[in-house]
Amino acid sequence: MSIQLLIWNYFKAKKLNTGLNILLLSLGIAMITLLILFNNQLEEKMTNNSKGIDLVVGAKGSPLQLILCAVFHVDFPTGNIKLREADRLAKHRLVKYAIPLALGDSYQGFRVVGTNRAYSSLYQADLASGDWWEKDLEVTLGSSVAQLTKLKVGDHFESAHGLTKDGHAHDENKYVVKGILKQSGTVVDNLILTTISSVWKEHAESSSDSTMQQLPTSPSLLVSSVEASDSIREITSLLIKYKNPIAAIQLPRFINTQTSMQAASPAFEMARLFTLLGVGADALMGFAYVLIFISGLSIFIALYSSLKERRYDMAIMRSMGASRSLLFKTIILEGSILTFVGASLGLAFGHLVLGVFVHLMEEGQKAGLTAGVFYAEEAVILVGSVVLGVFCSLLPAIQAYRVDIHKVLASN
Amino acid sequence: MIATQGLTHRYHSKKGVLSHEIVFPDLAVERGESFLLLGNSGSGKTTLLHLLGGLLRPLTGKIEIEKIDIASLSETELDRMRGRQIGFVFQRNHLISALTVKNNLLMAPFLAGEKQHEERVDLVLDELGLREKKNAMIFELSQGQAQRVAIARAIINKPSLILADEPTSALDDKNCDQVIELLNKVAMENNAALIVATHDHRLKSRLKNQIIL
Repeated sequence: MSIQLLIWNYFKAKKLNTGLNILLLSLGIAMITLLILFNNQLEEKMTNNSKGIDLVVGAKGSPLQLILCAVFHVDFPTGNIKLREADRLAKHRLVKYAIPLALGDSYQGFRVVGTNRAYSSLYQADLASGDWWEKDLEVTLGSSVAQLTKLKVGDHFESAHGLTKDGHAHDENKYVVKGILKQSGTVVDNLILTTISSVWKEHAESSSDSTMQQLPTSPSLLVSSVEASDSIREITSLLIKYKNPIAAIQLPRFINTQTSMQAASPAFEMARLFTLLGVGADALMGFAYVLIFISGLSIFIALYSSLKERRYDMAIMRSMGASRSLLFKTIILEGSILTFVGASLGLAFGHLVLGVFVHLMEEGQKAGLTAGVFYAEEAVILVGSVVLGVFCSLLPAIQAYRVDIHKVLASN
Repeated sequence: MIATQGLTHRYHSKKGVLSHEIVFPDLAVERGESFLLLGNSGSGKTTLLHLLGGLLRPLTGKIEIEKIDIASLSETELDRMRGRQIGFVFQRNHLISALTVKNNLLMAPFLAGEKQHEERVDLVLDELGLREKKNAMIFELSQGQAQRVAIARAIINKPSLILADEPTSALDDKNCDQVIELLNKVAMENNAALIVATHDHRLKSRLKNQIIL
């Protein structure tokens, strides 16, 4: 016989009640775990993806849309900007570097991004096989793209207009896969990288392109295959890194007031987005806490009412030599074991749900979510649950401590 | 083994206005002796038994168990002494229903802080004819069987004093005979003092030493 065995037998004697209490608590904990996993991973991805980008410049429109489109590649472009204007901005004295992006096409939902090698080095992307894109219509695939589309080095494919799988197909020019990147855990995993002029080629009227064949005499800073004085070419956006902190004050104002373009800061727009999403997350979190509170209450009631039935048991145990503190300890242990088991199950359940979600939904995989990581908050949850268990069993335990053996035994 | 001197106890009525004192006769019981404590309901039999077992502290007077004044013991020491020296048998509801017969018996050495020997459980159950009930749940037992399990639990730690409170009043004649005989037998075998408090007249002829309250 031992305390653990005694508690186990008391649990067994009330299977349904015990099961319900554990279920209630684990549901609440699972919900919180899921929110923590989601929030943390999303935030990590976002900071990773916007690392090295201080400012995004694009056509006027919604700044949030511009960020979602140019940094996270989940929204449509606000429009185009003139290459000449972008070039001028790239030469600005407050700009450390500027990376051009030309968007518009996708393949099976994965975006084709026309850019230069500065973009891949921004995310420290490495080749897994093949080579970097060099000439027009050559592409290098992100690791998730290669995995999900089953494209290999040397394969040809046609891109489609827009971001959906069934957009208008550009079947005049086929892309060829030059290389595949290693997994980087950033947005690059979901992109198809190519030159800017490839994107132009896909969208240009097929005949008017012959003039572009000879090399330019004074090439543009951003796209070297084009004359700096070109007044027709457009790109979608420009990713900018500041040269010094003063730029953070001067550059956005300069762009927004002096040019026809707009500038948006990823950090600021993300903070804004999170306050918007935060309301929903807070509501869910609140609901989870209500569940946990109810389960705490339920555990308290279960212990308190079973105490009434067990008063005689306790008096008998005292008559057999049990000390007051042993009874106290038994009740406290009972409560905390219950919450510990509930919380552990809840944590496991939270991870399981995310794992199933990631496994079944392409979106989960694309977002780079994983069920295999643990955060410090989860340890806090576990400790917190045990504290909750102790708290809920405190009053019943004090009552057990105070049981008057003589009165209980004599009243029978 | 156990001796009392000038024990009194004060009963409080609900509002605390009416209270009355009860004076108990002095007792001296040696190992191997058995006593019957007779009296009507409300005469203080249970109270005296609880005083003797250290479940209740007396208003005045002295109780010595193995020459130790139990008033001098701390609460924890008293719990310890009770677990090792005294075996209780109550009228009913005396077993922990969430546990099997075996675990009910093992509770006694566990709570008294002594080693738990399963052979001892087997031996005691054998002696009381309960061998096949070892792994039974409490609700599967008849009242007579339950009372025998309670006796088994009372003697498993080889106590020097067995206190039984109305052990037979819920039983029929046949079980009553069996239980009092067993109590007597195990007390003799363990060389323990036995005190049985009862208003059950069937027992009068069974124990010679009688105290009437």
